[in-house]
Amino acid sequence: MSERRKIEFDYSGVDTDRMRVNVGPQHPSTHGVLRLEVELEGEIVTEVVPHIGYLHRCFEKHAEAMTYPQVIPYIDRMDYISSMNNEWPYVIAIEEMCGIKVPEKVEYIRVICAELNRIANHQIAVATFGLDAGAFTPFLYLFRDREWILNLFERISGGRLLYNYFCVGGVRGDVYPTFKEDCLDIVRQVRATNKEIMDLLIYNHIFVERTANIGILPVDVAINYGCSGPVLRGSGFPYDLRRSEPYSIYDRFDFDVQVGKGEVGTVGDCWDRNIVRMREMEESCKIIEQAVAQMPDTGDVFEAIPKKIRVPKGEIYRAAENPKGELGFYIVSDGGQKPFRVRPRATSFINLSVLPEISKGYMLADLILILGSIDIVLGEVDR
Amino acid sequence: MGLLDRLDNPYNFGGIILGTLEDLLNWGRSKSDWYLHFGLACCAIEFMAANASHFDFMRFGTIPRASPRQADFMIVSGTVTLKMAERIVRLYEQMADPKYVLSMGSCANCGGPYWEHGYHVLKGVDRIIPVDVYIPGCPPRPEAFLEGMILLQSKINKQEIFKKRKRLEEEMKNMNQ
Amino acid sequence: MTQQEIYNILKEKFGDEIIEFSHELPSDPYIVANRSKIDEICLFLRDEENLNFDYLVILSGMDYIEKLGVVYHLYSIKHKHRLTIKVFLSKDDPHIPTVEKIWRSADWHEREAWDMYGIIFDGHHNLIRILCPYDWEGFPLRKDYKTPEEYHGIKVPY
Ligand code: SF4
Repeated sequence: MSERRKIEFDYSGVDTDRMRVNVGPQHPSTHGVLRLEVELEGEIVTEVVPHIGYLHRCFEKHAEAMTYPQVIPYIDRMDYISSMNNEWPYVIAIEEMCGIKVPEKVEYIRVICAELNRIANHQIAVATFGLDAGAFTPFLYLFRDREWILNLFERISGGRLLYNYFCVGGVRGDVYPTFKEDCLDIVRQVRATNKEIMDLLIYNHIFVERTANIGILPVDVAINYGCSGPVLRGSGFPYDLRRSEPYSIYDRFDFDVQVGKGEVGTVGDCWDRNIVRMREMEESCKIIEQAVAQMPDTGDVFEAIPKKIRVPKGEIYRAAENPKGELGFYIVSDGGQKPFRVRPRATSFINLSVLPEISKGYMLADLILILGSIDIVLGEVDR
Repeated sequence: MGLLDRLDNPYNFGGIILGTLEDLLNWGRSKSDWYLHFGLACCAIEFMAANASHFDFMRFGTIPRASPRQADFMIVSGTVTLKMAERIVRLYEQMADPKYVLSMGSCANCGGPYWEHGYHVLKGVDRIIPVDVYIPGCPPRPEAFLEGMILLQSKINKQEIFKKRKRLEEEMKNMNQ
Repeated sequence: MTQQEIYNILKEKFGDEIIEFSHELPSDPYIVANRSKIDEICLFLRDEENLNFDYLVILSGMDYIEKLGVVYHLYSIKHKHRLTIKVFLSKDDPHIPTVEKIWRSADWHEREAWDMYGIIFDGHHNLIRILCPYDWEGFPLRKDYKTPEEYHGIKVPY
């Protein structure tokens, strides 16, 4: 732990009270409806108790009452910032159960959509993290770029935020003729903005002072808490499902797994988690470029879509790398029209559980930053 | 029937604007609404998009306030759960009159996709607080949201403050008798 | 290591505590265990050198209509192998030892299983509801759950 930030103050001569402060559930910087019960000693956080469930929308109950394709819109609404990525493990799991092999072109469309969505997700994450630190301009820049990606998604799927685009055996619509050029345009734009953001925000002295050396998450703690995604990678551990157990066609692409290295502070601090996201955008750009180059122009995307989905009796767990970490679905089928049980491995839920562990001993203002650096979505925490 | 329309009318001599005090007040109120954003779920992300560069919600003269005591209207965007319901009521009660509520998205209107099996979802925020403008959609596009804002402004523009006051006083008198 | 080999190791070590190994395509293979020593089994799985399941992927409660269950999905980051353990519980006596000391991520998962299914994890330090309000009644994800008519004076059904 760093000496500079972690403040050990001797309160024996000072007349202070321990206070319990309520942050949330409606709070401008809690990234949703999270309630934190914080115990403070002066300005120092001594205990954090998260209370969740303010957005509990009964996903698992709905999944049991719907047929297999009907569940997908509800999955969109779990992690509503990266819907494309959410749908993926679910359709992979069902395709595996039914023994469906999806056409080549669909795989490429899925990869491109998922990576574009990853960029959009990280743009929101970095933008709101900047907001938490008091930087408003990056927010405007990044949202401007995100709008490009949303426009592209709207053209192919009809939705700006929640797409319902992946379906078992394929995707819901073919791409339009200038799709590839548009993707490359976006990649160019994202790269240009990221360069600006790097100068404007990431290496800004104030931002570094504010985020380096706080919220340090050692790697063994992260693994024991089940963290994944940029939270685990920020601690210096290269765990990425796209690399460690390549699903779909990720073994065909050349990209690096970015990890936190402690460039300006300690490995696993808030700055590291954030820089991992910034660099992952670049990796996604690389994947998109390769996928666009390899993607076949012709091919029927509807060819493998079954008329009726018959999932045999059994159970399966499949995971994919969501922008926030490993998102998996444990699906139990009793052979009927509806799933017997769909249990999501909600990434944000698990990543959030590490917050009380890493926020003790920092200032209250730092707590907000630590929360922002974990990048949770309450729709997924509470489901 | 805004105040500025009267600049062109025949009563305009020597730079004098004739209008009622009510128009002046309504004009001021509708063009500088401060809001409390009650962001709950996916719709809140679309609201953020409406707030950011492309759609620039703040050109309506709105400013986000973190405290309900300084807010003129509240935007409820997203799914209201039963656990959250009491908090919404409490924040609504803390707002000073006159206050308005904008319900954004199907979930806040009527429960949205969760209307049937959502044991923990409130089927419409109007079950607990009065709503002025409903914006349909799941999620509503930012354009739809801006339209809702224009509707709210025109609603404020049409309000009759003094008549309402007189009416209220009469009602009070009747009640006292 | 395949799940069959892991099953053999466990069977040798724990004997009757491990009930069966099931592998029918297209399902994932899984191991069924007794509930009484599940914490010891988990500790063994985590600490044994060539198993090393240091990552609890997910812990789910289940309702199999006539009985309840808990499913553990484990992963070893070092060896890259996965394991699924199932434990069945009767509805009258849904007690099972906690594994929160072994994997800290189990803390919230177990609270969720209690919240949704009413499974009691013996030894858990803070077994309270997590998603539903603290004064909620009933266990929503059980198959026979009925949506309440009213909560704090608010009508619940549409
Ligand atoms: S209306 Fe749709 S987009 Fe809005 S909160 Fe509800 S589910 Fe989400």
